[in-house]
Amino acid sequence: MPAFRHAHLLDIASLDREDVLHILDTGEAFFGVSRRPVRKVPTLRGKTVINLFYEASTRTRTSFEIAGKRLSADMVNMSVSTSSVKKGESLYDTCKTLEAMHPDVVVIRHASSGAAAYVASKLDCGVINAGDGMHAHPSQALLDAFTIRRHRGTLEGLKVAICGDVAHSRVARSNCRLLRLFGCDVHIAGPRTLVPPHFAEAFDVEVHDSLAPALEGADVVMCLRIQRERLGEALLPSLREYSRVFGVGPKQLAMAKEDAIVMHPGPMNRGVEIDPAVADGPQSVVLDQVEAGVAVRMALLYLLAGEAGAAPEAA
Amino acid sequence: MSEVLLDADAVGRAIRRIASEIVEATRGAESVALVGVRRGGVGLSERLAAAIREAEGREVPVGTVDIALYRDDAATALPDPKIGPSVVPFDPHGRDVVLVDDVLQTGRTIRAAIDCLMDFGRPRRVWLAVLLDRGGRELPIAADFVGKTVEVPAGAKVAVEIGGAPSDEDAAIIE
Repeated sequence: MPAFRHAHLLDIASLDREDVLHILDTGEAFFGVSRRPVRKVPTLRGKTVINLFYEASTRTRTSFEIAGKRLSADMVNMSVSTSSVKKGESLYDTCKTLEAMHPDVVVIRHASSGAAAYVASKLDCGVINAGDGMHAHPSQALLDAFTIRRHRGTLEGLKVAICGDVAHSRVARSNCRLLRLFGCDVHIAGPRTLVPPHFAEAFDVEVHDSLAPALEGADVVMCLRIQRERLGEALLPSLREYSRVFGVGPKQLAMAKEDAIVMHPGPMNRGVEIDPAVADGPQSVVLDQVEAGVAVRMALLYLLAGEAGAAPEAA
Repeated sequence: MSEVLLDADAVGRAIRRIASEIVEATRGAESVALVGVRRGGVGLSERLAAAIREAEGREVPVGTVDIALYRDDAATALPDPKIGPSVVPFDPHGRDVVLVDDVLQTGRTIRAAIDCLMDFGRPRRVWLAVLLDRGGRELPIAADFVGKTVEVPAGAKVAVEIGGAPSDEDAAIIE
């Protein structure tokens, strides 16, 4: 296996199959570390990772923080409410300030699509996109792929249903890109108002107006969060109406394969996009996704925090 | 130009001798567990376990450690392309753990392997068994059980072929 050839992780579109498999295989090596008595290895001792979060996030930020700590990196959290951004500092100036502190990796989440790429162009260190606007959330797609591969044994040629608000979902976009790399048959089900026009052509997936054709025979069912803050935009008549047509409950899940797995990137709206009986049911792998997230993010920090090009010596 | 240091017969004899030395040193191998250092030490650890079973009728647990994450050059030599799993299927606490590797040279691998092992628990004592001690130490580390000691120039490559079961291919060769 050659060395990882990317300085940043900005989106799935810049990765190929080999890159994805490299990250997932590295993640497998880290998976066991979190289940040991001492859940820490000294690998990134002396490296500094900054979590720069311009949007609220609990699980992604915590997941990166735990991943970095288990690799012995020094993790620094910057959240918008306590930072000088509130005082009007531009993203450019924040970058320059951070750069002067010599981090090895910056993990950024921002409400604007393209923010991570902008930061990567300004900073002389590795940048991981932890979600930028509606563009991409590559570490989520990678941890989803990791979870799918663990449960199905492969990523090749699976039928995957992605249900819900695709329009506002960077998770859906990154997942579509990744799954198509492995020839998955990706089916989107959502109300017309929440699926952008030309989505099918842009991502080479099938789009449906109802759940049934997407769920029929699916190996994997991904539910997306209905972003309640979007309700004001008149895209949905009501949560109840949405839940009745697009909510995944036991009856809907029965259309998928008997051993299909159900995924949700969290946080869940129980009883809206996913029925509690499904969320807590035997086919749900929601908590496996959380555990996979730490392993995959350890792999990403490990692959990006190194001094690229320096080949390891023989033992 | 290659020189055979140990052929298949010599490897077999070395394994039987090391196994009996381990039994001797640990008074019957009652609390012994073997841990092979990936990847060269894995086959040898299985062979030693088989030899102890044959001699003593005792089953000793076997684990493996991968030292990629514990290397002292981990931060500068990244990204190491391949990391294997560390599997220690027993509690090292209170045990005599024998680290097993094929070749001992600088001692850096063993330093890392000790650190990795300690993260799984606190053994009573850690021993070191190697098939070949080729000299060239860069750390104060010594093996307790050695198949063969031979001074090999630092630049020369030593190839060891040793699987989990005896084979005619077993050998240690200077390439």
